[in-house]
Amino acid sequence: MRLASLVVFLLLWQVVAVVAQDATVPMPAVVFERIGAEIASMALPHHLGVTLLRVSVSFAAAMLIGAAVGIAMGRWPMLDRFLDGWLVLGLNIPALVTIILCYIWFGLNDWAAILAVALNKIPTVVVTVREGARAIDPRLMEVARAYRLPVSRKFLQVYLPQLYPYLFAAARAGLSLIWKIVLVVELLGRSEGIGFQLNVFFQFFDISGILAYTLVFAAVVLLVEALVMRPMERRLNRWRQ
Amino acid sequence: MLTVHVREKHYADRGGRRHLALRDLRLSAEDGEFVCLVGPSGCGKSTLLNIIGGLDATAQASVDLDAGAAAEDVGFMFQEPRLMPWLTVRQNVCLVCDGRPGAEQRALELLRAMELGEVVDAFPGALSGGMQRRVALARAFVIEPRLLLMDEPFVSLDAPTAARLREMLITLWQRRRATVLFVTHDLREALALADRVCFLSASPGRIVLEHRIDLPRPRDPQSVEVGRRYEELLSRHPGLLAGLGGDNQDAA
Repeated sequence: MRLASLVVFLLLWQVVAVVAQDATVPMPAVVFERIGAEIASMALPHHLGVTLLRVSVSFAAAMLIGAAVGIAMGRWPMLDRFLDGWLVLGLNIPALVTIILCYIWFGLNDWAAILAVALNKIPTVVVTVREGARAIDPRLMEVARAYRLPVSRKFLQVYLPQLYPYLFAAARAGLSLIWKIVLVVELLGRSEGIGFQLNVFFQFFDISGILAYTLVFAAVVLLVEALVMRPMERRLNRWRQ
Repeated sequence: MLTVHVREKHYADRGGRRHLALRDLRLSAEDGEFVCLVGPSGCGKSTLLNIIGGLDATAQASVDLDAGAAAEDVGFMFQEPRLMPWLTVRQNVCLVCDGRPGAEQRALELLRAMELGEVVDAFPGALSGGMQRRVALARAFVIEPRLLLMDEPFVSLDAPTAARLREMLITLWQRRRATVLFVTHDLREALALADRVCFLSASPGRIVLEHRIDLPRPRDPQSVEVGRRYEELLSRHPGLLAGLGGDNQDAA
């Protein structure tokens, strides 16, 4: 079924391109040729690699920090009340504002870029994980206490598994958000990466270049979803059947 | 020997009011003794077990389980099986005993003895209620507890399943000789299991009557002897199960 949907998509594209007969709508074949050329020149792998690295680092940072804060807020109502205002603020600051401010304050460097992306993502992770931390089953935690489980085992085998669904929801939503923000960050202030390349193509009105990079990027996202996220989720959800 | 003295335990806010759950409750048990705690609902039986099991930090109480016994030597079985749904049967049992020598082996032997050998790698969600209780029972025994706390563990099971579990409990207990505190509201069940039954008053709970039972095991809750004891107790202390109770000592 997935394959069929892919074929239909390509067919539709071809039909539109033929009907439009316009330089702004290149044929699929042209775009795939362009992908081949960009890969051969190593330009695409280089920029893709840079972007993926930024995505992974900011994703990992956002998940770790967001989960830690979310757990703490779910656990301690005082802290929850204290940080709640900041959280609402963080959720509502436009991504663009964070990005510009990070670049102004910390300079046009990779750390500022990663920080900007992570800052955009952390509040949504916090909100999701906090929900999970509030839903922790006290009866299972009592079992851990009654049997005097060491803290690490209690956390990893009794507490954390209850958060997995929430962590996964946060990771899913997080990846799709981060992909998008990273490109904007690159477009605004970096001289490498997919976002930077897209900007270059835009200035030359190079549509097949834009489509080539977008397609490859989309393919990578799909692969990550199919090869990492879904198998991991299936494994952790085995017990639900 | 286990000695417990709860000076006071109250809930600051239960239904908008301060609720005194237990006051000046003293309880002791010999090593290897099987003690049942019987009382009306709401009299603080579960609260008492939680205090003894170290789950209640707010009570003014002292609990002494013999010199030499570590806190890890306490097993706890709750009203619900309370298994971790994401761990297999084997992992659930091993969760509480990791690091002890021979634990894995002992866990498997226990599970096999409890007729769970076929399902050691299944998840609890795939098991029947009775099987889940058996796993919980195995989890309680795998640590070779000095003290085993059981909070109405066989409630809401059908009669044959409950009978089977009581049988298994007695067999395991006779082999390991843990001190058992078993909370129930079912006097027949208590009479079938215990060496001694302690009756709690209505709240604030304290022990109003102790009754020793020396019938040979195994006993069936529906048997004639148990039934006779049951009738006898209730005719002598009519308000007993409502927690009103009679004299403080009863020589049986």
